[in-house]
Amino acid sequence: MSWEFFGTTLAAFFTLSLYSFLYKDNPFYKLAEHIFAGISAGYYVGLIWHSVIKQQLWTPLFNERQYLLIIPGILGLLMFTRFFSKVSWLSRFSLAFVVGNTAGISLIRQLHGMILPQTRSTFLNVASFSGLVMVLGVLSTLIYFYFSKEHKGALGAVAKLGIWFIMISFGASFGYTVMARVSLLIGRAQFLLTNWLHIIK
Amino acid sequence: MRKKSFFLFLIAVIISFHNLGLSFASTSESTPLFRADRINILVLFIIFCAVVLLYIRSARKGKEFFIRKINGLEAIEEGVGRATEMGRPVLFIPGIDELDEIQTIAGLSILSRVAKITAQYNTPLLVPVRYPLVLAAAQESVKGAYLDAGKGDDYDPEMAQYVAGEQFAFVAAVHGIMHRDKPATNVYMGAFYAESLLLAEEGQASGAIQIAGTANPEQLPFFIAACDYTLMGEELFAASSYLSKEPLMLGSLKGQDWIKILLVICILLGVILETLNIGSGFFYKLFIEH
Repeated sequence: MSWEFFGTTLAAFFTLSLYSFLYKDNPFYKLAEHIFAGISAGYYVGLIWHSVIKQQLWTPLFNERQYLLIIPGILGLLMFTRFFSKVSWLSRFSLAFVVGNTAGISLIRQLHGMILPQTRSTFLNVASFSGLVMVLGVLSTLIYFYFSKEHKGALGAVAKLGIWFIMISFGASFGYTVMARVSLLIGRAQFLLTNWLHIIK
Repeated sequence: MRKKSFFLFLIAVIISFHNLGLSFASTSESTPLFRADRINILVLFIIFCAVVLLYIRSARKGKEFFIRKINGLEAIEEGVGRATEMGRPVLFIPGIDELDEIQTIAGLSILSRVAKITAQYNTPLLVPVRYPLVLAAAQESVKGAYLDAGKGDDYDPEMAQYVAGEQFAFVAAVHGIMHRDKPATNVYMGAFYAESLLLAEEGQASGAIQIAGTANPEQLPFFIAACDYTLMGEELFAASSYLSKEPLMLGSLKGQDWIKILLVICILLGVILETLNIGSGFFYKLFIEH
């Protein structure tokens, strides 16, 4: 028995074990679930040790003397203080750095990548049907997400139009994604029938 | 159990180096100090910050702001009450993304409110997470909520657990939790991707009441189809302000509403100029990088 066949059989076994959950929870599913979760955690530790701690911290810091990296290194080390209850509060500095950084970068990213481009893309000629639909859709959807007033009267009517636009776009998105999921299922079935059982050549 | 937690957390901390490194790298790239081509973004940024700060100031002075009812948020307390009556836990997933995703932060903010209610009702809470920094932040949120509720002694760090780093391994583990611990209420708040339907469908099959919220538009249809209540897009970010009623958060929400009105006015102006073909080029240029 070749290693390749062994590997394919193992992959087929875990695929079928995971699909067995469609019937009910069972020992095969539990085995596959635990191995899957455990291997993913172990894989990430190995991956990050080599690709981040060694490549992005240790080597540049000690071989290339990029001393600025001491800061993220210390922030990373502070996370270990969570093991010691008396100084565990120090780990909040690292968390605060990431949360603050995220909020700051996100604000600019959203203004730059979303708000300004989407605003200018809505400057359309409403004499055309598609332009009219686009402008109505954007404005009514924006109004739906206005929280400072109760959605009643004219505002309520516009917000209702907004929710119609949202639902229509969700319907289209749903259909598109279902098609993508069916292709994933076909991919898995092809693996079982072609690579493992060789029924399809 | 403590030994298991220690090893799981050790894995989590090692992975957190990666995330901290990424966060730092994103701020240390060498770019010019001032980019004149992005002055329009600076102007909008200043307007945005000024409006938000003004509203926060008003809120702190005691001015009361109205926020319309957000369907779904009312259901959270109802859901926790249901779990309490059934003697089952509440499952909360703050998305599957890292702490450098703003939706995760919004999710953690809602987690804090949910944890406060579970603390008051003595209802078990389960918070499986995919990333170590999110684990640490979730533990801080839950701990703070239990202390606020005067139930600090009932707090258990194992309420928030790192389950798996890989997306679908995480889903498999959460399916196991849903099946074995049988939570009565599932709350999904944050960034979700291809696993949204896998989680929501399994939760629905297990008979749990489900409340979801995400700003990923391509995943919203699945949550709407499989959950009892869904917060769409910005409702997720408004939720934490709505639940907390804190001046800081209410002020920022009001500021965002004001910016929306400003954008509606800009769009209407741009549309009129474009339709009448009068000076639309000049106005358009205000919204692009030069």
